[in-house]
Amino acid sequence: MAVLVIAEHDNANLSDATAKVVTAASKFGSDVDVLVAGEGAGAVAAAAGQIAGVRKVVHADGASLKKQSAEAMEALVVPMMAGYDAVFIAATTTGKNIAPRIAAKLDVMQLSEIVAVIDPSTFVRPIYAGNAIMTVKSSDAKKVITVRGTAFPAAAGGGSASVESAAAPAGPFKSEFVSDEMVKSDRPELTAAKRIVSGGRALGSSDKFKEVIIPLADKLGAAVGASRAAVDAGYAPNDYQVGQTGKIVAPELYVAVGISGAIQHLAGMKDSKIIVAINKDEEAPIFQVADYGLVADLFVAVPELTKAL
Amino acid sequence: MKVLVPVKRVIDYNVKVRVKPDQTGVDLANVKMSMNPFDEISVEEAVRLKEAGVATEIVVVSIGPQQAQETIRTALAMGADRGILIKTDATVEPLAVAKLLAKVVGEESPDLVILGKQAIDDDSNQTGQMLAALLDWPQGTFAYKLEKDGGALKVVREVDGGLQTVKLTLPAIVTVDLRLNEPRYASLPNIMKAKKKEIAEKSPEAYGVDISPRLTVVKVTEPATRSAGVKVEDVAALVAKLKTAGAV
Repeated sequence: MAVLVIAEHDNANLSDATAKVVTAASKFGSDVDVLVAGEGAGAVAAAAGQIAGVRKVVHADGASLKKQSAEAMEALVVPMMAGYDAVFIAATTTGKNIAPRIAAKLDVMQLSEIVAVIDPSTFVRPIYAGNAIMTVKSSDAKKVITVRGTAFPAAAGGGSASVESAAAPAGPFKSEFVSDEMVKSDRPELTAAKRIVSGGRALGSSDKFKEVIIPLADKLGAAVGASRAAVDAGYAPNDYQVGQTGKIVAPELYVAVGISGAIQHLAGMKDSKIIVAINKDEEAPIFQVADYGLVADLFVAVPELTKAL
Repeated sequence: MKVLVPVKRVIDYNVKVRVKPDQTGVDLANVKMSMNPFDEISVEEAVRLKEAGVATEIVVVSIGPQQAQETIRTALAMGADRGILIKTDATVEPLAVAKLLAKVVGEESPDLVILGKQAIDDDSNQTGQMLAALLDWPQGTFAYKLEKDGGALKVVREVDGGLQTVKLTLPAIVTVDLRLNEPRYASLPNIMKAKKKEIAEKSPEAYGVDISPRLTVVKVTEPATRSAGVKVEDVAALVAKLKTAGAV
């Protein structure tokens, strides 16, 4: 079985997500090729060739691929699929943008955010924000799959796959890139963070949220999250929201501060490796999923914890 | 500008889903159903475009059982003009939904289709992108902000690590993310008015679309439960536990 992995990168660096997708792809078939589509992305193609288990790297380079727009990626990948049984891509905003376009053109049903490969046509994926786990079998001849990175370890390095060139699609496309506005922060991105500190409604105000949560997050090198209740109350911006309608996270360490643990929130964080809950209310549902629970006044306990670390 | 807004009826986001003991799926009996939260945001955005004089007509479409009509009514009460119900009791996968929507687009010729980025039941996040591919239209997924710019539409997208702005030639597909707007509650007079708005009833067969599923559910299970944790006495004990676990 031949499988194409679409690399995630910013033309300069290969994202860690790609090596994880290679692990998932190797469970599907033994012939794993990596497609690096970009502009001036030679270093990325070289890095992709070093992932263990990769047969070859296909490097398509051109202006139309600079931002890996869904329209350009569709034009590039759909013809290539004649030679592959499946295409795997990370379930990032880039992957989610591209994959369904390819699937529709191939007339196949995509499998989104898989967490396990059972056999080349059977996969496991969470539904209802992880509140149920579905094992599903695809009858389509070719598979289009997005992979949840937190579910697979990264493939090792040390490979030496050859790099072969492919032509970039000419365009123009009906979608045009205007600008990027990336958050300039030393803090890791929420969905990729190894540690997260989240605040809830108990913080009481946006000032208190900053005063209590941020120092602890800084100390831990953690991303900052919030419950929907805290976001709705205006204590934290909406893009901090962790939960069924916000971001789904699974860090190594998740510290829930003043979060009661509504279903909505638990759905977004319960796959975290270690969960710490700090809450005054010992009956709070968050304690049912927490590995370590501390019943305490957060305004005293969190600064103390920040100091003790 | 004519806007088409597809909406889906799903389990209300506040309901705790229960997996059926026979592992065939999730229990939907006697469970509160609502409009997919992301679709509420799509409807709201379309209504705002109309209020701003950008959109001229909003057509809402839903594919589902008879009760999906209630979901359409909700959208009509929020300010949409008329509805289309493509009635079926079958499970319709995103690819088939996109094919049906492509047919509706053919009939209605909208300039813009606004969809939720995903439905909170199957979490697929596919329909909008698939529809864009089938129509060969440009797409602006995970929208944070929309702005009409002559014959084009500027879409600010939520991407990992920040925002990205793209310019789409109309007609186009937009899928919405959480921060685009806060949907309104329909007022009582508008709910009454919505009862008089037209909902056309169609069927997948009438559109000539094969909706037979490509995926077979082998089983649906509960996620692994977390082992019961421990309560710690104080901050010092917590730090000790975290150090032992190698978490800090």
